[in-house]
Order: sequence, then structure tokens, then C-alpha cells
Amino acid sequence: MAGPETETGAGGEAPSETAPEARAPDLHVAPGPHISNPALTTRGMMVDVLLALIPAAAMATWVFGLSALAQIAICAASCVVFEAVFTRMRGRRLSILDGSALVTGVILALSLPWSAPWYVGVIASLAAIGLGKIVFGGLGQNLFNPAMVGRAFVMISFAALLGAPAYVDPASALDALTQATPLTAAKQGAPVPGLWPLFLGVTNGSLGETSSLACILGGLFLCLRRTAAWQIPAGVILGVAVLAGLDNLLHPDAAWTVLHHLLGGSLLFGAFFIATDPVSSPLAPRGRFIFGLGVGILVYVIRVFSGYPEGVMFAVLLMNAATPLIHRATIPRPLGGPVPQKA
Amino acid sequence: MAHDQPTALERFVNGILPENPVYRQLLGMCPTLAVTGAMKPAMTMAGATAFVLIMANIMISLMRGLLKPHLRILVFTLTIATFVTIADRFLAAFMYDMSKQLGPYIPLIIVNCIIISRCEICASKQSLFTAVSDGVGMSMGFALALASIATVREVLGSGTWFGLTLLRSQGEGGWWPAWGIMVLPPGAFITLGCLLGLVNWIQERSAKRQRARA
Repeated sequence: MAGPETETGAGGEAPSETAPEARAPDLHVAPGPHISNPALTTRGMMVDVLLALIPAAAMATWVFGLSALAQIAICAASCVVFEAVFTRMRGRRLSILDGSALVTGVILALSLPWSAPWYVGVIASLAAIGLGKIVFGGLGQNLFNPAMVGRAFVMISFAALLGAPAYVDPASALDALTQATPLTAAKQGAPVPGLWPLFLGVTNGSLGETSSLACILGGLFLCLRRTAAWQIPAGVILGVAVLAGLDNLLHPDAAWTVLHHLLGGSLLFGAFFIATDPVSSPLAPRGRFIFGLGVGILVYVIRVFSGYPEGVMFAVLLMNAATPLIHRATIPRPLGGPVPQKA
Repeated sequence: MAHDQPTALERFVNGILPENPVYRQLLGMCPTLAVTGAMKPAMTMAGATAFVLIMANIMISLMRGLLKPHLRILVFTLTIATFVTIADRFLAAFMYDMSKQLGPYIPLIIVNCIIISRCEICASKQSLFTAVSDGVGMSMGFALALASIATVREVLGSGTWFGLTLLRSQGEGGWWPAWGIMVLPPGAFITLGCLLGLVNWIQERSAKRQRARA
């Protein structure tokens, strides 16, 4: 700011004084962006996400029965109610109509096991909306993905209700529920399911994560609509694929291959629906790719080297914490060179 | 100079709520976060801190005429360290389990800012009686703050209060789903944040009401 002013003052004495006398050109000075898409609203984006989640939710209902629908209803309703209560407490305009709380609730529900009791969903929603979102100032201000904050909260609180044993019900009539989740099976050295069941989603797992097909369908829709940035899922998948590929080269006869890593667990669900939250992920395309890559690498590290069978939740939360750093490292260079620094 | 210092009664009352060490001054955060997982360790910590705070206030107030300005912090620290050592050894001798459980946090009372700030603000300037009432008031404020945080964390986190079962948790065959996270460190931060917000909100409301009345 100070630079150009002093330069004109020192260099030419005439221009700045005489300019107003000449016919003033009709210029509007405003900061960018100058062209925006009026159709791109928060509500529109949230509707897109909800549409994209339909295949995953339908698959969950097909595999897990009505408990999946009940879980989605509980989480979505309590998220919306908590959002209304907390925004009311802060004396802000009611923000439930933008649909963001609804999306948080549905994603949260789809990341829980089918067996989670009702209060798990309610407490997770309370933590997601209260601690994950409203405390930071509401939509657009949150550092961490609200749904994952809620899930982490109940995961640590109710380890017995959300750990690996909670997924298995040996007496169930549903075939998927009698077996351990694929990642737990892999961890314990049990026989792993084939790639085709993993791809279709007739395996055990959290509600929305089992079907890779449904996640890819919804994810491609989001990426083509540009509601989600394609760089993030690409980074996540690349990160896991490279590390798992290296491991596969070192142990060629291992039962758990690269494709198992990609199709099993909540990797694709997380890559397409959780990591792509536009609030808590970087803005620049390069930064988005770095963010995705980091999530992928962390997912692989947590899956293979930690006590948890799956690492998408913690990977996303950790990379959310790194987002401001990524922002700083990937500020795009403005047209005409970098912004001059103040002396 | 002396006459514009608060009186003994004011010191006593201020310590409890208006200048509560935890909620208004944000001092002594280390024990506030570390030992409030349950009521028992929290109250032991509050008792030990109260002992050190009151005794240090008495000693400093008695020797306030002898303090040299450039050496006063050193004298404060030595005095506090003496009483912390006494408290630490006492707990180790008579409440061994509690001493084990509190671990390094008893010796860490020595760096609790509440105590040195009371020595500096009150005891080194005012009479013995004022210093004692200040120490008692501040100790009560500190105990109250620890009790409030520990109550929330213990009831939510394990369904008990002072070890008594209020809500039978699922681990013991009851119905209460204990919020494990509340006993862990994140629970301390969340509880402190929520209660701090609540205290600020109450403060703001009462201030607004007073302004409306005036």
C-alpha cells in the first residue's frame, strides 16, 4: 500500500494532482473475485452432498436393514435441533435452512456402526455441532470436520460401543453382521473377503462405508458437479495406493493387497465425503492435493502401525489441523507478481 | 498507601467468587486440568494448595517488614517450597495411595501462580489477619472451582461422585453410558471451557441487570 503512493509522490509530481481534472474514466474498483456463479450457494452444495449420499445410504439400508435408516434419522434430527438451539443461544440468525447441519448429521450417522445405541448418535451430534462447529463460530469457521469431531468424541467415550466387537453379531440373520469388519479381519490375520464383495459392499463395517461402488458413484457426482474438489480424493487414493503398493512389492504373497486397502474400510467414503469438506480443507488446488495425500498417508500409517483397524477419522482430523500451514505454503501467486511486503 | 488496600473482609469475599482464581484470574490451570478427573484427587489437591497458600501467606505477612524488593521473589519461592515439601511428605506418609495418584502434581504446587500472586499482591503488603483471610478466601475459591469441574467430569465420566455411585455405569451392569472422554485430558479442557463460558455469561447478565437498574 505504502509503496506505490510514495513512488508517485517522489517520481512525478503532476499525475496524481492533474488526474481528476481529465475526464474521469468510469472505473469500479473492487477486490476479486469479479465473476461469481450465483447458482453456487451453500444450500445448493449441501443438496448436492445429500444427493450424492443417497447411494451409500441406500446400500446401508440394504445391508444393515432398518437400523441404518434409524441411525440416519436420529443423527440428522439431533444435529439440526442442536444447530437451532446453539445458534439461538448465540443470538444469530437461524442457520438450519442451509442444510449444513443435516449433511453433518447424515455423514456422522453413516460413519457409525449399525449397533450404536440411540444416545451415541445424539451425543455425537451434540459434540459435532457444539464442539466441532458452533464453538468456532458456526458454518465456515470450524477448524475441524464437525462430523469427525462428533465421531471422535463418542469413539473415545464409548470405546466398547464403537470398537471392533460392536460391529459383530454372531446371532444375526444378516450375513454381513456375523463376520468381523474386513479391516479387523486383516488386523487379526483372519481370512479376508474377496474384492468383489468389498466393491459391492456386502461386508460388515460402518453404515455408509461398506459399498465402494456407492461411494464412487456419489463421489464422482460430487466431483463432476465441482461441489467437491477432485484433488482431495485423488490425493487420498494416491497416498494409500503408493504406500500399499510398496508394501505389496515387498510382500508379494500377502492376502491384503493394494485393492483391498482401497476398497476396504471407509477409505473411499472418507476420501469423497469427509475429507472434501470445503470449510476445513485447503483452498488452493495444490494445497488440496497435498491435503489429500497427507490424509492417505496417515490412513495407511494408522491402519498398519496402530492399534486401530481404520484411520480415516484421525487422519482427516490431523490434516484439518495442518490445513492453515498448507494454506500458507500454497498461496497462489496473484496475477502480476507477488503482493509487495510492507517494509 | 495502606488505606486504599482492600480490607480483610473484602479480601476474603473477593477470593471466593468476584476474583475466583480459576474462573476470573485463570491462574493455577495445571492442577485445574490435571487432577479434576474425580472429586477425591481434586479435593486433596485443593486441601494441599490451601495449606500451602495459607501458611505461605502467614509467613510472608510476618516477615514483610524484612523483605528486600530485589530478593522478594526468591524469598516467596523458598517459603512456598518449604510448605510444599511439608504437604508432599505428609500426603506420602498418611495418604499414600492419593499421593501416588497425584504423582508430580503435589510438588508442582510450588509453581502454582495463585500462591505467589497472593504473596506478592496481598501478604507482602498487608497485616497478618488480612493475609490469612485472603488465603482462606482464595483457597475456598480454588476448591470451589476444582469441585465444580471435578463434579461434571466424574458424574459424566464414571457416573460416580466422591466414589459414590450416582448413576450405575454400563461397565458395572447399570444403564449409564459413561462418557470415557470426560475422565481423559480432553474432558478437562472441554469442561473448563464450558464452565468458563457459563461463568462469563452469568457475569455479563448480572452486569447488564445492574446497568439497567442504575
